[in-house]
Amino acid sequence: MAVIYIDNRPYTVKDGQNLLQACLGLGFDVPYFCWHPALGSVGACRQCAVKQFKDEHDTRGKIVMSCMTPAADGVRISIDDPEVREFRASVIEWMMINHPHDCPVCDEGGECHLQDMTVMTGHVHREYNFPKRTFRNQNLGPLVNHEMNRCIHCYRCVRFYRQYAGGRDFDALAAHDHVYFGRSEDGVLENEFSGNLVEVCPTGVFTDKTLKRHYSRKWDLQTAPSICVHCGLGCNTIAGSRYGQLRRIRNRYNGEVNGYFLCDRGRYGYEFVTGDSRIEQPLARPERSAALERVARGEALQRAASFLRDRGRVIGIGSPRASLEANYALRRLVGPDRFYLGVSTEDYRMTAAALKILQAGPARSPSLKEVRMADAALVLGEDVTNTAPVLALALRQLVHPKADAAAKTFDLPSWSDAAIRELVQDEKESLFLATPAHTKLEDAACQTYHAAPDNLARLGFAVAHRIDPASPAVPDLAEEVDRLAEEIAAALVSAKRPLIVSGTGCCSEAMLQAAANVAWALCRRGNPALLSLVLPEANSIGLGLMGGGDLQSAFQALREERADTVVVLENDLYRRESAAAVDAALQLAKHVILIDHTRHAMAEKADLILPAATFAEESGTLVNSEGRAQRYYQVLLPKASVQPSWRWLGLLNEPASGTADEELFKLDGILADIAGELPQFRPILEIAPPSGFRMMGQKVPRQSPRSSGRTAIDAKENVSEPKPPEDPDSPLAFSMEGDEGLPPPALIPRFWAPGWNSDQAVNKFQAEIGGALRSGDPGKRLIEPQVGAQPDFFQTVPTVFEPHDGRLLLVPLYHIFGSEPLSALSRGIAELTSGRYVALHPADAAAQKIAEGDTVQLELDGISLELPVKIAASLPPGVAGLPSGLPGMEHVALPSWCTVTTILQTPPLAPPQNGEGVGGGVGAQS
Amino acid sequence: MLSILKGIWVILSHTFRRRVTVQYPDVQPIMPPRYRGRIVLTRDPSGAERCVACYLCSAVCPVECIALQAAEDEHGRRYPEFFRINFSRCIFCGFCEDACPTYAIQLTPDFEMGEYVRQNLVYEKEHLLISGPGKYPGYDFYRMAGVAIGGKDKGEAENEEPPVDVRSLMP
Ligand code: SF4
Ligand code: SF4
Ligand code: SF4
Ligand code: SF4
Ligand code: FES
Repeated sequence: MAVIYIDNRPYTVKDGQNLLQACLGLGFDVPYFCWHPALGSVGACRQCAVKQFKDEHDTRGKIVMSCMTPAADGVRISIDDPEVREFRASVIEWMMINHPHDCPVCDEGGECHLQDMTVMTGHVHREYNFPKRTFRNQNLGPLVNHEMNRCIHCYRCVRFYRQYAGGRDFDALAAHDHVYFGRSEDGVLENEFSGNLVEVCPTGVFTDKTLKRHYSRKWDLQTAPSICVHCGLGCNTIAGSRYGQLRRIRNRYNGEVNGYFLCDRGRYGYEFVTGDSRIEQPLARPERSAALERVARGEALQRAASFLRDRGRVIGIGSPRASLEANYALRRLVGPDRFYLGVSTEDYRMTAAALKILQAGPARSPSLKEVRMADAALVLGEDVTNTAPVLALALRQLVHPKADAAAKTFDLPSWSDAAIRELVQDEKESLFLATPAHTKLEDAACQTYHAAPDNLARLGFAVAHRIDPASPAVPDLAEEVDRLAEEIAAALVSAKRPLIVSGTGCCSEAMLQAAANVAWALCRRGNPALLSLVLPEANSIGLGLMGGGDLQSAFQALREERADTVVVLENDLYRRESAAAVDAALQLAKHVILIDHTRHAMAEKADLILPAATFAEESGTLVNSEGRAQRYYQVLLPKASVQPSWRWLGLLNEPASGTADEELFKLDGILADIAGELPQFRPILEIAPPSGFRMMGQKVPRQSPRSSGRTAIDAKENVSEPKPPEDPDSPLAFSMEGDEGLPPPALIPRFWAPGWNSDQAVNKFQAEIGGALRSGDPGKRLIEPQVGAQPDFFQTVPTVFEPHDGRLLLVPLYHIFGSEPLSALSRGIAELTSGRYVALHPADAAAQKIAEGDTVQLELDGISLELPVKIAASLPPGVAGLPSGLPGMEHVALPSWCTVTTILQTPPLAPPQNGEGVGGGVGAQS
Repeated sequence: MLSILKGIWVILSHTFRRRVTVQYPDVQPIMPPRYRGRIVLTRDPSGAERCVACYLCSAVCPVECIALQAAEDEHGRRYPEFFRINFSRCIFCGFCEDACPTYAIQLTPDFEMGEYVRQNLVYEKEHLLISGPGKYPGYDFYRMAGVAIGGKDKGEAENEEPPVDVRSLMP
């Protein structure tokens, strides 16, 4: 703790901060631009000036940049000194010299840090009347809009894009007062985190291009705390709606989870909510062969009741993309022994294995914050950039051993970004990647290894054996792999906070076991190793904790005629098992009820479809791969008969009398039931306050006090405005009325504070700048490690991968844009989604005279696919890659052996196809 | 008794005073040009819609009777897709006109807005948009703004230099 004096008053602040951080943390308003809590200080903008005094007798003082000055014990500064106030006002005046007269047509307006800082410094009158400099804009693709005239040259964008996120195709170009922030030529921003430029840039240079199509000001958005549903990480988001339509997703700071940043899939994947494939009406078919027709809600419920009359013959198929509440409601409707998780056998096995490792072992599943603070990491088999993007971003921030040491030797604070980068130069952090093919994280890694999944697992086992000889040795290990294992083991052992990352991406249980062995070996040595296992979907862990059979056992129940009615919850079974298996099973069912929000192949098989709410239209709970249960809240009222799946299922559970009172089905009730019946979920009651929670007797408003148009929005239909809708499920109100005080962290609907209209207002919600939110970061962990346990090491080391004669091992490759079905329906993401392909190693392709762009036929047990070829030199020979889950791809259980035959050769003069970036998202369009 | 006589006297004396009541509607009152009556949306000197859908008028409106939706044409010009004022709520305070950065929304001296049906007091853009510039004939926001729109490229606004050649190193 240090005592600093601000305008002659003493304040106690935490050690190791800079003055700007300390002042903001104490609630003072010091204007700034280039400093960012996650990016550190470089002192580029000169806006954060304060006056520093030698001692209490010093009356002259000197102007310093608060972001570059440590808040050391005894420092005396003045924020209010007239000279320094004038200095700050001049700085902003200079920045505004060339600023365009754009606010009314600028999408940043109303949440613009530059506007806020201009008002804060008191610069109100433009005295400079010479011509303004102008720039041309670039087309940066479908996600980010560029308007370069508005730049104030703070360099935040390049620092984020290049240094923090590892992008290469964007830079500060040109010279002197022409410095230009953009790409060398127009084109899609390649980095998966480009959307963060919208929030990082303090001006309107970068704005959300998808929002532009249905633009609304921040003050008009009805917002609520939400959770991203597009991967297993559960990043916290703020969803915003206007006129009953979801308009955008922004980051919601959670110090333990995503911190300040989201990935582009999470930020731009929201448009499926308003897309054409939404189901908005109950649909039913009078008989199997008939077409679906709209039915009224009451009739739909009656039909469902008749289908469900014989409860003993109904099975329920849940979903890892549906909320805990919905899955539980289904489980209650059909009974625990007739509830199935709706995942493929492989997924089921992998999730169960991962859960067991995390619950029985001594290695802790880290939060993303712990990942950012790790100092050495081994990634085993997972293409994190494409399966858990923000985890990849966190892995780029590993603490560099040199930076750690420097902090002590040179007294170099961790926020002094430029100095630390100067010191570290191009040296890589201790990040080791072992994946089947090239991944985009590789530029940050100090060593990479590409091999078949079994060989990757062998590397893991070898590392574990190096760390603790009690773990099984790996026979026939190639010498260079052994050397690599030794190097990795040495780095992990010498690290203070070592981290192992693996996951279900390769569908290899051996991989998970190898990762567990490494982490456990470290734990046995007394190194507190962290083990982060990537799971595929938003609620994979939650569903795993709930328990139930896999999809095949559900099919078996149908085959054995133990059931004849199926209720499918938010699940496209055709993405889980082969079309033949699903068809055969559903054929056996007399009635199929589908509850979902989006149309997919299952709709063709359902006898009754009930329109479910998306994440934006319901409140619920999801459990992320860390094991953290998090609540998301309804943002907008759903259309006519759409309602949360858990409410539909509650209604179906009522006796068929039709007297069900919807008021009985409230979130609180179902949460209490879950916690009562399944003790593993008891902490979910503490994630957020119950719906009866009030602040000063009032709810927390979803609308800002500036929200406009209340008496005009609906006036076209009826001039008497309706009463605001009630929300029985949460302490949030669909209104601007309510308490404007600081809500509990799980209920923060938007970051705003007087004078701070931009998202930089988050400073006012944090207990310590860049640290936890006041009263703690939201979410409750449901799984904890067995500290000190010494479980037996996994003993089965796979044998060396041998390419089979004439056959290739097909492994899944992932795409941030496309592999996840909901985001792939969103317009911006759809434009960036890769086409179907199969990736072959050059040697395997040459052996069969296949060239890039040829069409080949892929034969694998009973399935035959026709796909264009991409040559990927990074794949190991004998291994082929198939993109996972792209729109229009049929389900194939991977890994599996396949044969490849050419069916169409591209003429030699055909233009070359984009051959780069297998499993790489943006780079791999076709 | 005396007070009653006094009262009668006052009333009688008014019989011979000048009348202040105007025989409306037979006689139309002359309103000052800045009277705050019926709200209109105006056009800029080139005849294009002035409103850029910035939402400032709707934000400032104390009774929240303005609702609109922004849209953009293919050349980057912003305009309101719809623009609605519920005059049954409007208090004619003129804040919207004050807030408008483009002189688009203006209050006019027309006060004859009575309706028998309250619903008819809801005005849409087609009821609000007039064909002229209203009280401020010269102003064209896009001549001042830095964004490019159809017919006005970068660097062509008032007091702007031509766009920078980022590949040049000349000072
Ligand atoms: S960046 Fe901010 S100050 Fe500049 S035009 Fe946009 S809203 Fe106005
Ligand atoms: S584009 Fe934005 S973030 Fe980048 S330098 Fe300009 S103002 Fe700063
Ligand atoms: S990393 Fe996952 S949870 Fe986070 S924003 Fe991206 S898709 Fe959503
Ligand atoms: S303030 Fe003016 S420009 Fe802005 S929306 Fe209202 S009328 Fe249009
Ligand atoms: S914030 Fe300190 S110089 Fe920019």
